[in-house]
Amino acid sequence: MAMKMEISKSVFKPTVEGDNRTKVDIKGLSVYYGKFRALADINLSVHEKRITAIIGPSGCGKSTLLRSFNRMNDLTPGCRMEGEIYLDGENVLSSGMDVVNVRRRVGMVFQRPNPFPKSIFDNVAYGPRLYGIHNRSDLESIVEHSLKSSALWNEVKDKLNQSGLSISGGQQQRLCIARALAVEPEVILMDEPASALDPISTLKIEELMQELKKDYTIVIVTHNMQQAARVSDFTAMMMIDEARAGRMIEYDATNTIFTRPKDRRTEDYVTGRFG
Amino acid sequence: MSNFSELMNRNRVRWARQRKIANAVMLTLTGLVTVLALIPLFWIIGYVIIQGGQNINLDFFIHMPTPLGVAGGGVLSAIEGTLVVTFLAAIFAIPPGVLAAFYAARYPSTPLGVALRFSTDVLSGVPSIVVGLFAYAVIVVPMRHYSGLAGGAALAVLMLPTIIRTTEEMLKLVPGTLREASLGLGAPEWKTSLSVLFPAASSGIITGFLLALARASGETAPLLMTALGNERFDIAQIIRSGIQSHMNVFQVFWRIINQPVDSLPLALWKYAQQPYPERVKLAWAVALVLVLFVLIINVSSRVWIQNRSRRMKG
Amino acid sequence: MLKPLKPHPEKLWLTRARRALHYGDRPWQGLLVVISALVIVLMLAIGGLLWFKSAGARSAFGWSFLTPTANPNWDPVNDLFQAWPFLYGTLETSLFAILFALPIGIGIAIFLAELCPSWLRIPLNWSVELLAAIPSVVYGLWGIFVFLPRVVAPFGVFLGETLGQIPVVNALFAGPIPASGSSRLAASLILTIMIIPTISAVARDVFLAIPVAQREASKALGATEWETIWQVLIPYGRSGILGAVILGLGRALGETMAVTMVIGNSIQGGASLLFPGYTMASIIANEFAEAVSQLHTDALIEIGLILFILTLLLNILARFLVWQVARQMPQEARS
Repeated sequence: MAMKMEISKSVFKPTVEGDNRTKVDIKGLSVYYGKFRALADINLSVHEKRITAIIGPSGCGKSTLLRSFNRMNDLTPGCRMEGEIYLDGENVLSSGMDVVNVRRRVGMVFQRPNPFPKSIFDNVAYGPRLYGIHNRSDLESIVEHSLKSSALWNEVKDKLNQSGLSISGGQQQRLCIARALAVEPEVILMDEPASALDPISTLKIEELMQELKKDYTIVIVTHNMQQAARVSDFTAMMMIDEARAGRMIEYDATNTIFTRPKDRRTEDYVTGRFG
Repeated sequence: MSNFSELMNRNRVRWARQRKIANAVMLTLTGLVTVLALIPLFWIIGYVIIQGGQNINLDFFIHMPTPLGVAGGGVLSAIEGTLVVTFLAAIFAIPPGVLAAFYAARYPSTPLGVALRFSTDVLSGVPSIVVGLFAYAVIVVPMRHYSGLAGGAALAVLMLPTIIRTTEEMLKLVPGTLREASLGLGAPEWKTSLSVLFPAASSGIITGFLLALARASGETAPLLMTALGNERFDIAQIIRSGIQSHMNVFQVFWRIINQPVDSLPLALWKYAQQPYPERVKLAWAVALVLVLFVLIINVSSRVWIQNRSRRMKG
Repeated sequence: MLKPLKPHPEKLWLTRARRALHYGDRPWQGLLVVISALVIVLMLAIGGLLWFKSAGARSAFGWSFLTPTANPNWDPVNDLFQAWPFLYGTLETSLFAILFALPIGIGIAIFLAELCPSWLRIPLNWSVELLAAIPSVVYGLWGIFVFLPRVVAPFGVFLGETLGQIPVVNALFAGPIPASGSSRLAASLILTIMIIPTISAVARDVFLAIPVAQREASKALGATEWETIWQVLIPYGRSGILGAVILGLGRALGETMAVTMVIGNSIQGGASLLFPGYTMASIIANEFAEAVSQLHTDALIEIGLILFILTLLLNILARFLVWQVARQMPQEARS
């Protein structure tokens, strides 16, 4: 399949409240681990440059859904995906798709910070180097830019050569965010990014997300409903059905989900009656 | 924003293809290298089976070596010698090895435990020929002659670290709750160890013995200066003459181990380097016996372990 | 006032029996301690014995026993001994063996740990381990009659005609290789085959111990499988891989029979890989049983002492590395 022309970032449509373009369109997604169906018939339109939260009780497949966006599920042996996921109109799941490029366009931040045992500089420069950027000054400007975008620059600018493991957990997570930003993704996936962190680091990450959404489409999985309510523009509620497959129950603006949910199950979940 | 996009877009398509090709090439290379490394395995085994198989017959197993040119010779002396040295090695190595392992598993952090683990590591790294020198100095020199006893002792030193390590690991795998249950019932420490822990770990331990024995039976270097090799080693004859001279069991036993003995690897070493084709053929036959022995023990002990762990998982 | 509860009175025979059973504990403990101490004594005894029994040679020759010379003496008849050719032979063959075995061993480890389909994993693991189980003499036999004429001799001729013609490099590759193929090259190649299982087993365990999260992080950035292996996994596991190399080196240093059978056993010298040579282990194997004089024996024991010290040092180095790796791991968990 031929690659479409990259949307240049300098042509930047100003957002108007209510003008929500679809960045990622999921149609009829089902994910199987061997014979077991983990996700059933998921339909979801993720809006560009907004924060979309995916919530639901434990084990309902939130992470599986998230990992479908950038085909990280491929790494699990025996995993099979049916349906389509359209990223700017191209089906990510089609066999001709270049997975490596998909993963560059759709970045991921994991639940536990996982920096490489390299220097802070080399952690952030890892991605650009993969893509053939070796000029030192180019790399330096990319690293600086990425660390500034993840609100870590001031704390580490004097110790870029120290190991990525030598900083605190909250800083490591922001390092991982910077690392993901360095390859200029269009979408950023976050799998419970603050659940392993202390409250202050969590707050910093949430503030960061508000900054980042100006430039990136963000999809976040969280089991913390207050966080979803604080941070996201749109929320998707998931639950498992009788066959233990995850399904999308309701998807709407966050305000609506948390104040006037349409589905009884959503209302039960967000008011804490279970889950 | 954008250094990265511009820089990357410049040669994006060509770069992406290069990365893909490099990836495919290197990954294929690792597979090829694995195949490459296994070629000698199959080559050696195949050759030994073919060459050795041609030259193996009943005479091989039940007759003593005959002088050159006389047909019907075998390697009985080497087979008997191998049995003697391996038996001695097992007796010398297994009891102390198991006991030391009990200590190491129970008290890993005492000074003695740490020193024990260090010594085991060092011993496992000592080259086999150096162990032979040690046995020479300690047994052959004071006794003033080579003997199967010295050979067995040398092999025991080689087996000891393996036995300690495997036994220790198997003991550690026994759930701590088993030990606590036994002690809680009032059983003393020693009884717990012998009647509860040891049986629970026994299949793994025995497998460890067998593997160590298989290794020891293939060793040559330490025997060069201890058992020395002895083409006239004939247990049946020793027993017969012992009965005639009215010796008791112990004296006969002593006579068996107190003289130079032959062994299969030693015979192989000797025959391989002789310029006579019949001897070389014998060498291949000996190689076949050794390889089959090693293969059978290795494969069957692994199969046993697999079965056991499958059964334990329910 | 409440009376304190009296402990339930035990029957006398029960007490006596329990005490008798527990008498076994002290001897048991004692036995364990004694045996463990004996193991430690054994290790010390080996070193000590080698040291003392080589005293004659050590006092006769001092350091000149070991120093590199162009014309080494090894003359049992006249009691002149210099061990340099054996030291050189051991080092040259072992180092080349590591040079060849390292990429192969790591390649196998990568394949087994990262790429191998699960049904193939166990048979392949077994097969690689079987390579290590074949007795050294069998390797030697196959070496003499199959490997040397079919592989080493032609390869040696090739090397002699290519690398052997380039100045500087040809110090190591000057031909011609003997027609039989018996040479240090033969020994290096057989050693390579023999230490591959050691290196690959340890390296494979190193890769398997690296957390999955590292691979996920790399792949999520768009790295290919090979890029992940080369740029993340190998650097992450470099201490462990070094440990594998050291273990392999230790094994190569001490390998005796196969080496003796293919190396040509000649003191002639010359630095080239293509010439026949000698290693420390093989000179002991060849000459010990027929040593001519006490000094001859002492000199051979001194060579054994050097081997012992070398492998001891390697062992300590490997333990140090393991300790370092263990120190690095807990940093992952910090928050």
